[in-house]
Amino acid sequence: MSMTGGPLDTGDLIGLAGRGGPRRSRRRLPPGEAVRSSLIALVSTVLVLGGLAIVITSQPNWPQVQRAFFDGQIFAYSLPLVIEAFGTNIALFLLAEVLILVVGLAIAVVRGLPGPVFFPLRLMATIYVDFFRAVPGLLIIALLGFGIPALDLPGVPNDQFFWAVIALTLVYSAYVSEVYRAGIESIHWSQEAAARSLGLSRFQSLRYVIVPQAVRRVIPPLLNDFIGLQKDTVLVSTLGVVEIFRESSIIKAARFNFTPYIAVALVFVVVTIPLARFVDWLVARDRAGQASNR
Amino acid sequence: MTASPGGAAALRIEGLHKSFGDLEVLKGIDLELAQHEVVCLIGSSGSGKSTLLRCVNLLEPIDAGRIVVEGDEITAKGIDVNRIRRRIGIVFQAYNLFPHMSVLDNVCLAPRKVLGLSRADAETRAIELLDRIGLADKRREYPDRLSGGQQQRVAIVRALAMQPDLLLLDEITSALDPELVAEVLNLIRELAGNGMTMLIATHEMSFAREIANRVCFLDGGRILETAPPAEMFSAPREERTRQFLDRVIAAGRL
Repeated sequence: MSMTGGPLDTGDLIGLAGRGGPRRSRRRLPPGEAVRSSLIALVSTVLVLGGLAIVITSQPNWPQVQRAFFDGQIFAYSLPLVIEAFGTNIALFLLAEVLILVVGLAIAVVRGLPGPVFFPLRLMATIYVDFFRAVPGLLIIALLGFGIPALDLPGVPNDQFFWAVIALTLVYSAYVSEVYRAGIESIHWSQEAAARSLGLSRFQSLRYVIVPQAVRRVIPPLLNDFIGLQKDTVLVSTLGVVEIFRESSIIKAARFNFTPYIAVALVFVVVTIPLARFVDWLVARDRAGQASNR
Repeated sequence: MTASPGGAAALRIEGLHKSFGDLEVLKGIDLELAQHEVVCLIGSSGSGKSTLLRCVNLLEPIDAGRIVVEGDEITAKGIDVNRIRRRIGIVFQAYNLFPHMSVLDNVCLAPRKVLGLSRADAETRAIELLDRIGLADKRREYPDRLSGGQQQRVAIVRALAMQPDLLLLDEITSALDPELVAEVLNLIRELAGNGMTMLIATHEMSFAREIANRVCFLDGGRILETAPPAEMFSAPREERTRQFLDRVIAAGRL
C-alpha cells in the first residue's frame, strides 16, 4: 500500500484498513482538519470513480461488453452454483494448508540441521525446495492427477481430488518452508544458547524456544502464501474436478457468456480481501510492537 | 546442592585451547575452583573471558584441554552435553530471556522439560525463587515489560531453578543502567553468601574486590595473574595487570 495516510486512502474510506499504519499519522490532525480531509477524499473519490464509470459506459461498444460480461440474469443464475462449487475449493485449500504448514516446517527444520551426519537429509530437503519452486504448479497437478491414477497401482488412491491436495501440498510446502526458514534464522543465536545452557536438547529448544518465536514472526508471509494457495486451487479444474472455475466454465459454455467468470472473480475477491486486510493489520501491529521495544 | 564426591574441585580446567578460525582466543587456560568458591575473571574486552565461560558450559566446542566438574570430565568424548548443562548454570550479558513466554514460564520451562517436574511443582518452586527476588507479582508479565535489572534477576532465577552446582556469570551487569546494577549485584552477593560456586566475568572491579575469593586477570587468552582480591587490586605482580587496572581506575570504575 503506497498511499499510506494520504487523503485518497480508499482503505480508510471503506473502513477496512482498521488500526493499521495509515491511521497513525491521521490521529495527529485536529478534529476539524480530519473531518475536512475525509470530506475531500469522499468527494474526490466519487468524482473520479463516477467520471470513469460515465466515460466507460458511454462508449459505443459498451452494450456489447455489458451483455458478454455483466448479464444480470446469468449472474443471478450462476452465483449460487459457483458458490456451491467453491465448497470444493475450500476443502482443497483447507486440507492442503494444514498439510503444508506441517510439511513446510519439517523441511525448514531439516534444512537447519547442523553437522556432517545430516548432510544427506539437508541435501534432499534442498533439492526438494529447488525442484518444487522451479516447476510450474500446473505441471505437478497434471503429473500427479492424471499420471498416478492412470497407472492404476494397487493400494494407491485413484481419486483426483486426493492427488490435487497432494500436488498443492508439494508445491506450496517448498515456498512455505523457505518462509519458516527465514523466520527460524531471524531468531538470534543467543536464544538457542540460553535454551541449550538450561539443558534443553536441540529438539526441545527448537520446539519450545526457536520455532514459536519464528512462527509468530512469519505469520504475515504465511498468510500471503495461503492467499496464493486459495487462488491456485482453480488449477485443479484441469483434472476435471468440478470446483468453482470448472463449474463456471460449464455455465459459460452453455450460455455463451462470460458473466459466470465475473461471479467467480467476485467470490475470490470477497474471500481474499478480508484476509489481505488482516495481514496488513498484523504487519502494522508487528511494526508498532517492534518500535515500542526499541 | 549435591555433595561433592571425595571433595573433588567444583571445577577444574586444564590446558584449555580455543580458536575461532585463525584466531586463538584461549591459549592454554588452567584454573581450579573449590566448592563454594567465587572466582572473578577480569581483563579487557577480547581477553577471552566470555569465551572461557561459554567453553565451560560446552556452548563452544574446545580444541584442546580438559574440563572437569566435580570429578567428571565433561569434555570426554560421547558425553551427554544436555546432562552436563543441567549442572552448570550460565547467565548472559543480554539476559536472553525467552520473549514469547511469561516470567513464570521462562523459569519453569527447563525444570519441566529437562528435569520432568510437573507444572504445579515447577511453578511452586519458581514462585518461591521469584519471591526471593521480589518479583513474584511480576510472574504473569512478559520480559519486555520488565526493567533491565528485573530481567537480569529473572535470568539468574531461571538458571537457579535448575539447582546448578556451578553458576557462570558473563558480564551480567554490563548492559544495565548504572542505577540497576546494584539490585543484580545484591542478588549475587546473597548467592555467594549461601555458598554457590561461581565463576564471574566482570567489569565491576569494586564488586570483584568485595565478593571474590580469588581474582584472575586474563590477557591475550592466558591467565596472567591469579591472586586474592586485596592483593590483585593493591599490589598486582604483573606489569600488564597494573596497566589494565590503571586504565580501569582512570575510567572511574574502581
